[in-house]
Amino acid sequence: MLDLLIQNKDMFLQGTWESLYMTVFSTFFAYLIGLPLGIWVYTSAPGGIAPAPKTNTVLGWIINIGRSIPFIILMVALIPFTRMVVGKSIGPTAACVSLIVAAAPFVARLVETSLEELDGGVIEAAKTMGATNKQIILKVLLPESIPSLVRGLSISTIALIGYSAMAGAVGGGGLGDIAIRYGYHRYQQGIMIITIILLVIIVQIIQCLFNFIARKIDKRTI
Amino acid sequence: MIKINNLTKVFDSADSEVTALKGIDLHVHKGDIYGIIGMSGAGKSTLLRCIALLENPTEGSIEVNGSDISTLKGKELIQHRKQIGVIFQGYNLLMQRTVRDNVAFPLELSNVSKEEIKKTTDRLLEIVGLGDKADFYPSQLSGGQKQRVAIARALANDPKVLLCDEPTSALDSLTTKSILELLKEINKNLGVTIIIITHEIGVVKSICNKVAVIDSGSFVETGDTKKILTDPESPITRLLLGMTEVKG
Repeated sequence: MLDLLIQNKDMFLQGTWESLYMTVFSTFFAYLIGLPLGIWVYTSAPGGIAPAPKTNTVLGWIINIGRSIPFIILMVALIPFTRMVVGKSIGPTAACVSLIVAAAPFVARLVETSLEELDGGVIEAAKTMGATNKQIILKVLLPESIPSLVRGLSISTIALIGYSAMAGAVGGGGLGDIAIRYGYHRYQQGIMIITIILLVIIVQIIQCLFNFIARKIDKRTI
Repeated sequence: MIKINNLTKVFDSADSEVTALKGIDLHVHKGDIYGIIGMSGAGKSTLLRCIALLENPTEGSIEVNGSDISTLKGKELIQHRKQIGVIFQGYNLLMQRTVRDNVAFPLELSNVSKEEIKKTTDRLLEIVGLGDKADFYPSQLSGGQKQRVAIARALANDPKVLLCDEPTSALDSLTTKSILELLKEINKNLGVTIIIITHEIGVVKSICNKVAVIDSGSFVETGDTKKILTDPESPITRLLLGMTEVKG
């Protein structure tokens, strides 16, 4: 097994790099869309700080539709769109487009859940002190739920590692691509096992890191 | 200073109407410590939420220094909320901020300068006796200390009125006494008018000069604490005073 790893060192290095690239890049953009979307869903809900029932229903639908399409189908369906955005439909950058589209609604729900964990009394108190909605979001909602948001970030990052491996099936590159090409199409089980071990290691590191950060920044448990 | 006329609040839901308050009249003078006492579900909290401008009354008016505040919207509403400090049974502190930053919060909202915030928070923490706890987090404090932080925070905007929603209901009797002492001091030294919502007759006895007894959304008795406690007219007051047996 070790021989196999050393022989194919460059391939595994590149695969790992591509997987990490896809994960980090798409997580970043998924949050760029998903974080405001999650805040919007939370604040527009009945009883929220800016209730808007119709907007809330529409947003809920968009998120649910996004989340119900199986990723592999979404990826294929988005090929024309991907081509339009990045100019090609193969490779890690192309895979990021469908990863972001798939992850953004997922992130929105995670953010919404984190915000819902907050005690409503704190928001009420901020209101009595004359906080505007913008100040409530920036100075109460987000800072108070940071530990939970960080835990959500670890969940979405790890979900995206899984998705990015699936992207390998349609030529997205990364460790998933290697596993499918060598392990599945060429019956080289050794290579497949190495990719799996690499993925396990990456997931473990990310989980430990985020858990550590979340615990470190949470002032409720000192 | 605060004049409430015929305040009525009806909660509309899909299939039922609940009248939480009906025809409340209340007159609080500057410097009063006004107790509003009643049993659970009597409408105490709704009344407080209306005065704190968290709830719009269905009918009636709430005048503070002569102007009706119950119909305010937008910027004016926010401006007026800053003139009323509120403390809660559950403290409602920001758990991820230090004690000092909690007290600084209302000042940050008004874009007060950093030096000014430092000065004000130092002064307020001194008043509530937490000068040495400025860099602690709320999770490191006891219930009484948390309520002290909440009081300092509520005073940061220099309010004319301090509304207290069951401020001592989560505290033991000794801590309750010390918090009530603090409120009394604040009333005397800073000239802040205080309204206390409570279900504990002890709170009213120890610091309120006036009291209103609320039941099923209306006042059954209002007036000087001494008079009402010694010579209660309404059966509800007698019940709260423990002068009659509770049936059922």
